[in-house]
Amino acid sequence: MDSIADMGGTHGWGPAQVPTDEPPFAEPWEGRSFAITVLTMGRISGRNLDAFRHALGRLHPVDYLVDGYYGRWLNAAELMLTDSGILAPGAVDARARRNLGEDVTEPPFPEPDRPDYKPTAGGSLREVDRDPAFAVGDGVRTKDLHPEGPTKLPGYVRRRSGTVTAIRPPHVLPDTHAVFEGENPQHVYTVGFASTELWGPDAEPFTLHVDLFESYLEADQ
Amino acid sequence: MSAAPADRLSPVLRTEALEQLLVERELIDPAVMDTFIKTYEQDVGPLNGAKVVARAWTDPEYRAWLLRDGTAAIRDMGFGGPQGEHMVVLEQTDEVHHVVVCTLCSCYPWPVLGLPPSWYKDPAYRAGMVRTPRRVLREMGLDVPEGKNIQVWDSSSEVRYLVLPRRPAGTEDLDAEALAALVTRDAMVGVAEVAAP
Repeated sequence: MDSIADMGGTHGWGPAQVPTDEPPFAEPWEGRSFAITVLTMGRISGRNLDAFRHALGRLHPVDYLVDGYYGRWLNAAELMLTDSGILAPGAVDARARRNLGEDVTEPPFPEPDRPDYKPTAGGSLREVDRDPAFAVGDGVRTKDLHPEGPTKLPGYVRRRSGTVTAIRPPHVLPDTHAVFEGENPQHVYTVGFASTELWGPDAEPFTLHVDLFESYLEADQ
Repeated sequence: MSAAPADRLSPVLRTEALEQLLVERELIDPAVMDTFIKTYEQDVGPLNGAKVVARAWTDPEYRAWLLRDGTAAIRDMGFGGPQGEHMVVLEQTDEVHHVVVCTLCSCYPWPVLGLPPSWYKDPAYRAGMVRTPRRVLREMGLDVPEGKNIQVWDSSSEVRYLVLPRRPAGTEDLDAEALAALVTRDAMVGVAEVAAP
């Protein structure tokens, strides 16, 4: 899906921030949001890291942006919990309003509906039997893919030609893993693109490397 | 969610409410939450990466190993865990400048750098670094000399990248511990150089 999370190359965000010394969590709620989300991902919601990223990508752009990084984590945690039937939609806001003294009825807890999912191993790296389809130095082109569901093919490298710069260990495929349709491990390649291939003849000169799953690629003719 | 900004509850209130709902149903233990928070506030941070860099600067064999098999060489220093499953180390040279970004989320090598800083998570960085890296680096305070070859790495898989900065001149007499104190988080992402002491 083309989501708010797919930000590469988009305009309108203003200048980058000058780095400063900062603590990991600017305010206590950010640490609480972080911990709740990490524990929600697998243990509480029965989902996984890719499902978390897909939850981030499904947020309304306002919910993605308005309260920053740990705000979007909080919203994605809530989405995962409602997806798994742990919380009813609106339960968090209702409780927060009750805490403010408002006369609000909290929705009842739903029937849990965790996905039928169990990882075959820890982490995201897996073995695959078949050989990599591409070798370092091969010319490849990203396919014209526009899935409704999750993908790790950034929009700005879609339908572009590049060169394989490294072969990485095979990974579970987030496109299916995020939605509990199987791990489908694939070879992963780092592909280098000339900046002019991405941004036209007047682009700043540089090389962009991005890690891409085998099913996103075809041999460049 | 998705309420108009004027009607929105603050994330402080919403985080508190969510924690209450999960604690009441015994789905989460606040003490476990505290442990997670403390780990990333106190134990896992850029000092880990700085130790890796300082060892690479002082031990040529380690440096070669780190560039060949970052995961194993970093694990040898005792650093591993979530968001560090497969580590690749990129060496800055006089000719090449590497810089790391994650356009799709804010993926970052937690075991060696801790949790990402605000500038790394900022849309301006995520959007701009893959399009106008020289301009973005300049906005952040780093002027990359004209003609230097810029390589941008978008962390779109579970591979995590760590930049091995150039060792500053005039540090020949420093040991690994003193060198580690010079190495910054920003240099290990590629948005700064390590300054001489």
